[in-house]
Amino acid sequence: MKKERVSILEHELVPKHEIVGEEKVAELLDAYKIKKEQLTKIKLSDPVIKEIKAEVDDVVRITRRSRIAGKSLSYRLVIE
Amino acid sequence: MRTKKIKGIKFGLLSSKEIRKMSASRIITPDTYGEDGFPIERGLVNQQIGVIDPGLRCKTCGGRMGECPGHFGHIDLEAAVIHIGYAKLIYRILTATCRKCGKVLLGEEDRKQFLEEIERQKERQADVGEVVKLVFKEAAKSRVCMYCGEPQQRIKYDKPTAYKEIDEDEKERRLMPNDVRERLEQIPDEDVALFGMDPKNARPEWMVLTVLPVPPVTARPSITLESGQRSEDDLTHKLVDIIRINQRFMENRDAGAPQLIIEDLWELLQYHINTYFDNDIAGVPPARHRSGRPLKTISQRLKGKEGRFRGSLSGKRVNFSARTVISPDPDIDIDEVGVPEAIAKELTITVNVTERNFDVMRETVRRGRTHPGVNYVRRSDGRKVKVTESNYETLAEELDFGWKVERHIQDGDIVLFNRQPSLHRLSIMAHYVMIMPGRTFRLNPTVCPPYNADYDGDEMNMHVLQTEEARAEAKILMAVQRNIISPRFGRPIIGSIHDYITGLFLLTKGEKRFEKEKVLDILHKIDVEDLGEPAGTFEPPEGYEVSGTKGDEVRPIPYWTEKQVFSMILPRGLNLEFQGKTCAKCVERGEECKKEKCSRDAYVMIQDGNLVSGIIDENALGSFKGIIIARIFRQHGEEITKTFIKNVSRLAINYIKQAGFSFGISDEDIPKEGKEQIREEAVHEAEKKVERLIRAYEGGELEALPGRKLEETLELLIMQELGRARDYSGDIAERYLGIENPGVLMAKSGARGSMLNLTQMAACVGQQSVRGERIKRGYRGRTLPHFKPGDRSADAHGFVRASFKDGLSPTEYFFHAVGGREALVDTAVRTSQSGYFQRRLINALQDLEVKNDGTVRETRGTVVQFKYGDDGVDPSKSDSGKFVDVDEVIRESLKVET
Repeated sequence: MKKERVSILEHELVPKHEIVGEEKVAELLDAYKIKKEQLTKIKLSDPVIKEIKAEVDDVVRITRRSRIAGKSLSYRLVIE
Repeated sequence: MRTKKIKGIKFGLLSSKEIRKMSASRIITPDTYGEDGFPIERGLVNQQIGVIDPGLRCKTCGGRMGECPGHFGHIDLEAAVIHIGYAKLIYRILTATCRKCGKVLLGEEDRKQFLEEIERQKERQADVGEVVKLVFKEAAKSRVCMYCGEPQQRIKYDKPTAYKEIDEDEKERRLMPNDVRERLEQIPDEDVALFGMDPKNARPEWMVLTVLPVPPVTARPSITLESGQRSEDDLTHKLVDIIRINQRFMENRDAGAPQLIIEDLWELLQYHINTYFDNDIAGVPPARHRSGRPLKTISQRLKGKEGRFRGSLSGKRVNFSARTVISPDPDIDIDEVGVPEAIAKELTITVNVTERNFDVMRETVRRGRTHPGVNYVRRSDGRKVKVTESNYETLAEELDFGWKVERHIQDGDIVLFNRQPSLHRLSIMAHYVMIMPGRTFRLNPTVCPPYNADYDGDEMNMHVLQTEEARAEAKILMAVQRNIISPRFGRPIIGSIHDYITGLFLLTKGEKRFEKEKVLDILHKIDVEDLGEPAGTFEPPEGYEVSGTKGDEVRPIPYWTEKQVFSMILPRGLNLEFQGKTCAKCVERGEECKKEKCSRDAYVMIQDGNLVSGIIDENALGSFKGIIIARIFRQHGEEITKTFIKNVSRLAINYIKQAGFSFGISDEDIPKEGKEQIREEAVHEAEKKVERLIRAYEGGELEALPGRKLEETLELLIMQELGRARDYSGDIAERYLGIENPGVLMAKSGARGSMLNLTQMAACVGQQSVRGERIKRGYRGRTLPHFKPGDRSADAHGFVRASFKDGLSPTEYFFHAVGGREALVDTAVRTSQSGYFQRRLINALQDLEVKNDGTVRETRGTVVQFKYGDDGVDPSKSDSGKFVDVDEVIRESLKVET
């Protein structure tokens, strides 16, 4: 029997990851007055990053469910 | 003196040349002091390498003891010796370089690439370790040198400091340290860089010692014992060993001793130098003192909790501090600390004498060393004068502006108070001093929870603040009343405990009528201006004497209810509704909450500072819960909360003193019928059920639970049954004891103990367990020889049917000890483990900071969290961790409308 490949994105423990557009990134960096390198990082080899086909230097927005705040946002820079 | 700025710190190795250059003396004799009692020249306690004897002068710099910082000496080693700290690195380098030409075994192309990579990492100020690791891995692969064509041999590293070469015929040949040194010398400078080393500051061959630096005597001072005998430092002992062996090696070699002896001595020299650096090497017996104690050598001085870094540099001892046992004083305020006079006379605060405080300071000096007095004064010229019995009067006369006076601490001074382990910031808080007789620090029991203190012999530390800035900061940030709300969970951590809760519970329970005298008696320590209107009047019973009445005149006596008495300490404008601890959770059972009409009076309702209904218990005022305290803190601020807590304490203590409260062994008594009922209905029934379960199991009728084996199922069901038996016997006991029983009262009000504790004392101790299972260890097939093998009954596996009061049978006692030991081991292991975890967590998080934009960042400004805690809430300013209590806000706003 051939095993069916399931996208990890559909797993309930994997939070929503999405690539942020160039303009939005600029806005974000401006809002926090930071450089791209000051964002939290995520490796290119991360399974989710592979799945959403993000590339090095992309910024991904991660939306998590939070016990405290209901919803929490964070941004990560894809690195090698 | 010109101040200089540190531009950088460079780490490197000492070359033999450098060691000789910085040496003030070549040490050749292992002796220390001569017959005349003076240090021997060229010896280990040489006058050229520092002085530790008063009166002598250093022969190198001319300084006296305390002036001369000490100078290094050196020992010329007769044979090269591996430096233990670099043994592993030497091995790696040996495997990575050619045995003939010394070049790194990498192709031109690889070499260039690695060098570039190292350069890049250095530029980024990143760690080159990863690249270097790759260099060693790559170079060790080559079997033949690509430069001179020499075939390479395998090298074996024999811990701690021996290397062997294995040739094609699997024959081993020992590489002596001088062979190693020769090889390392051959490595060209350009190749050294590949190991992440800077050839100018660290040549590999410097890792093999030919000269040993001897630290100055000031770094290893000898101490004179009471008997007048000198006792040398451990390092000196070790150096003596090294010199002796060094000399013996030389003598033997010069006399042409056989190779075997020479090698043995060489090995011994290596051992002594190894243990001189580190006396805790795996697989090497530690060098010992004559008494058998392992020597404390260089590595031991630096390493670990008591080492130089963690013990002497990161943590130091301080002045202006005191430590003694703590004891309770419910009459002082929560932000006060009672200080014994003996301590107050030792600790001082420096005051500048000015126009404005001149008269006061002169009075203080005039008292000399008697309590609020002075220990030292400092004149305007900076001279410090000790105040004595004979000179204080003259000093008081001479006192002038510009002097500094070191006066005793006195009432109202602010100090820091601390109890170890300081696990959170509330472990150090600011208190105001109150000088008291006696020898202990006095502490209001309500501030025990943040310190996690009790009075079974706990000691606490006090620190006197020395500058105005420190005092201001302590007052604003660290005062006790600032820290009533815990930054951990956003609820009060300071609140009533133990007898306070019992007292309030007793006071507010039931319907009581207090006449005026009684009310005033209870409230006499509290500042209450108006008792308010009495709730009603009652006719005095026959023979009742009423003060102020004449003759047979009968006047009705006004009375106040218990709720009214409690309300007198509540601030105005306080509105609050919540369930007390005695709430039967009617709502959960699908019934409606009767609120203020609750039959158990468990619904606390406060309207405009009046207690309308409800019994006050742990939920209302206890530490960690404290709903009323939390509300007052938010609504009225810290000062009013502080007064409120003080008033609550006094009210509670006064009432419990008058009502009387005690708990004795007879309070665990259960009447005969009760005992009978527990035995029959709870224990016997359960044992019968267990028996049935065992029969069902043995008869193969038992069905396994999902995911469990048949045997596990049986055990699980038995555990459940016996657990139920204990709970049920507890219920029976509770019925017979009744709420009036002091034990039950304490458990129900939350003052101390639980119903489980009472159950175990009065009814049935219950099943003992090890790792959550019934006890089954012991002999083959049985726990003790008192049982038959294979016996699965409750008795045979640790069910204790007796209560602590009845006393346990011998087998029960044994099982209880088995279960008890696990609990003991668990706590011991858990505290040490969680302590270490916390240390690691703190080290990882200590530099994170919440910035003004609400982000959490580390020192480089990298964002760690975009919003602190995902919700941006500071728990210490929250309501139980929430930004606002929505229900409360709704209730409040509805009230305004009606």
